[in-house]
Amino acid sequence: MPLRTPLYDAHIKHGAKLVDFAGWEMPIVYSPPGADPASTGIIAEHKRVRSAGGLFDVSHMGRVSVTGRHARRFLERLCTRRISDMEPGQCRYSLVCNADGGVKDDIIVYRKDDADFLLVVNASNREKLLAHFETVKGDLVVKIDDLTMKTAMVALQGPLVMDIIGKYSREIPSLKKYRFAEKNYLIMKLLVSRTGYTGEDGVEVILPASMVGMAMSMLVRDAEHVTAPVGLGARDTLRMEAGMPLYGHELGEEINALASGLDFAIAIDKDKDERGEAYVGMDALKRTRDNAGPKTKLVGMWVEGKRSARQGMTVKEGARQVGTVTSACIGPTVGRGIAMAYVEPALAHPGQKLQIDTGRDALLDAEVTTLPFYKAPKKT
Amino acid sequence: MPTPADCRYSDSHEWHKPEGNPATGVTLGITQFAVNELTDITYVQMKPVGTKIKAGESVGEVESVKATSDIYSAVTGEIVAVNTALADDPSAVNTDPYGKGWLVKLKISNAGELSNLMDSKAYDAKYKT
Repeated sequence: MPLRTPLYDAHIKHGAKLVDFAGWEMPIVYSPPGADPASTGIIAEHKRVRSAGGLFDVSHMGRVSVTGRHARRFLERLCTRRISDMEPGQCRYSLVCNADGGVKDDIIVYRKDDADFLLVVNASNREKLLAHFETVKGDLVVKIDDLTMKTAMVALQGPLVMDIIGKYSREIPSLKKYRFAEKNYLIMKLLVSRTGYTGEDGVEVILPASMVGMAMSMLVRDAEHVTAPVGLGARDTLRMEAGMPLYGHELGEEINALASGLDFAIAIDKDKDERGEAYVGMDALKRTRDNAGPKTKLVGMWVEGKRSARQGMTVKEGARQVGTVTSACIGPTVGRGIAMAYVEPALAHPGQKLQIDTGRDALLDAEVTTLPFYKAPKKT
Repeated sequence: MPTPADCRYSDSHEWHKPEGNPATGVTLGITQFAVNELTDITYVQMKPVGTKIKAGESVGEVESVKATSDIYSAVTGEIVAVNTALADDPSAVNTDPYGKGWLVKLKISNAGELSNLMDSKAYDAKYKT
């Protein structure tokens, strides 16, 4: 029996096409009853987020509370990134590694208070991580509570989202990126963070599962065009254009964290910090760094033509196999083929010409470029 | 969208509309069910006019946001027309799969092959969601 999020009824009402995603029944795309077919679909949903806004159900992602006297130290042992210097009200993106320096998951850490944290983890990794937490915990005094089923999580993303939220709140639009606020609204407690996975401005909201119906009717009341639902299909193409990695594509247990280009999220010498700790995978990452670095590097590539590259296709330089595609699509906003791929480090520089073998008797010309493929225009 | 009663359907979700009586050709496309599964079509490449196709062989490929799929003819014949309008606007396959979204026309030699395929009632009974 697949899991259903608290927004399941809303998905049905909006004509969702549901698919299994990490054990959850999730919408991939919506075709609302009576809607014009030309204005529905993954590409239409994608473009609506870029031009106005959209609402994503991300309740399938894991939400795990970490509290207790040693919560901070526990997270230092878990995360590749510094945690001790986070302020209350701040969120931070981090990797969680295995002992070999491969990636167990990428997560967002929310610091509510000195000894009160919340983690948001990938749906597909939630149970694996909960088990991992127990091994990392050791003798530290820390309480770990999985809040996933008790809460819902939605993302509101797009250039008009903050204007709409400004009608309800003065505080939320003043939040800086990667900051959050806890708000009591009527009888609801909301956690609102200025974060997202689309390359657009917006927020992610965590709320009690039982309050979803009320929150939805409030949101939709005067903001239908900005809060119309968007499925996982567009979520994927949006994050690709924004150059954001996805576990199972760019990240995985077999892929060295240093190959992923997420250097900002890896404090490799964290054990030398005043309040730092050695973390799982640190020694392996140091060995990689000290022995000529990772064997592959993640790159973005523009892909010529109308055909899309796909995950798993081979990257070639002439007759030589030099890498593998991890994600690709025809970027609906950039209007070109885009791909992310792991290639030999010597080829991982912008302007490098490569080919992608479709496996269907066709080679696609590609050129390495810097990520992201798309950046939201600055608001004037 | 109702499944047209004047077509014959395969388990790989192509429709075959007989042309002429007795049928000397078919127009071929993909069903609404296939379109729903594939999501937005971004590219269509059919084999060229003159290609001979045996029943069960691929007539070309359709790419969507999610996947690349071969398209099969359930009948033996020769491609006599390709819907070139789809090169500029492949989304017609999404918006009008039984009309403007047709893929190829085949001249066929054995109209009997059509009777092995499902009619719209049988297809709907099996695949209507």
